[in-house]
Amino acid sequence: MKQDHIDEFVCDAPNDSAIRETQFADLKYLAAGLVFGIALVKGEIVSWWRIQEMFRFDAFHMYGIIGTAVVVGVISVQLIKRFHIRTIQGEEIRIEPKKYSPSQLYGGIVFGLGWGITGACPGPLFAQLGAGFGVVAVTLLSAVAGTWVYGKGRGRWWG
Amino acid sequence: MIDWLSQPWPWYVTGLLAGLMVPALLLLGNKKFGISSSLRHVCAACLPAKIPFFSYDWKKEVWNLYFVGGVLLGGVIAGTWLTPEGATVAVADATRNDLLRLGITDFGGLMPAELFNWATLFTPPGFVFFVVGGFLVGFGTRWAGGCTSGHTIMGLSNLQWPSLVATIGFFIGGLISVHLLLPLLLS
Repeated sequence: MKQDHIDEFVCDAPNDSAIRETQFADLKYLAAGLVFGIALVKGEIVSWWRIQEMFRFDAFHMYGIIGTAVVVGVISVQLIKRFHIRTIQGEEIRIEPKKYSPSQLYGGIVFGLGWGITGACPGPLFAQLGAGFGVVAVTLLSAVAGTWVYGKGRGRWWG
Repeated sequence: MIDWLSQPWPWYVTGLLAGLMVPALLLLGNKKFGISSSLRHVCAACLPAKIPFFSYDWKKEVWNLYFVGGVLLGGVIAGTWLTPEGATVAVADATRNDLLRLGITDFGGLMPAELFNWATLFTPPGFVFFVVGGFLVGFGTRWAGGCTSGHTIMGLSNLQWPSLVATIGFFIGGLISVHLLLPLLLS
């Protein structure tokens, strides 16, 4: 791997920890994902019906979930910043600001087109597959293909 | 306990847990909540093809793959042990009527059985539904720099207005799909 690639690498959900963790230590993220996956299924976020309701403005359910999550998230981040709370390893918590680019709107619309059809954003894709909807494996593989094609044409055909 | 967990969870419990993912991942190891990056890491790990966008040390980001692995396992647990036989979703009447008009008749289960099966995949509308739909999700999320977790929950939690722009985009796209594309697809 060439060094210049590492330097320009910007991840959207980055690992900003300087500490290299062992595979065993990474299991705690698996545990967090497990809780999230169960919540996605039991809260019916994975349900195609619920996404239909949301985009038809027929039910409060999804708005309640997203609204609550954002409020809880905002309060948590404010508390972490205000009290300089550190990670369990004692590291300072850093959250890089997101830079605006029109791609957020263009890409957002493309994403939404797919979300409205499949009824699944990336998290629910994994949870639906786990919950036994085998055909969703096709959707997930297509999503990987979409990501790959985006990366392939990035900078040439789109930003 | 199992009975209680097996009922559909109310929105505030689900929202609370989803929101708590943000501080949980920050506190566990300075990680930013986001799902769709895992799709990029899969590309970087399996088929980087010398594309600059996929030429990075994905192993440093492997936590994200553990995280989505957990989501999948959580789906297995919820689907196997926490979903009673014949569980249905209380779909709003207005949505139900709209979908009836589009020809959907079976409202049982977490997902419409008429759409989510292998036979549908091999029909032209089914191809659009699963293959094109999934492609748009994967392409759009990376173009936007995140999905509903990375932008709508993590980004908005940190009061990032670019994430609000992305979220507005998600909704514009979703509205177009549900109100314009889906009727074409199901007709």
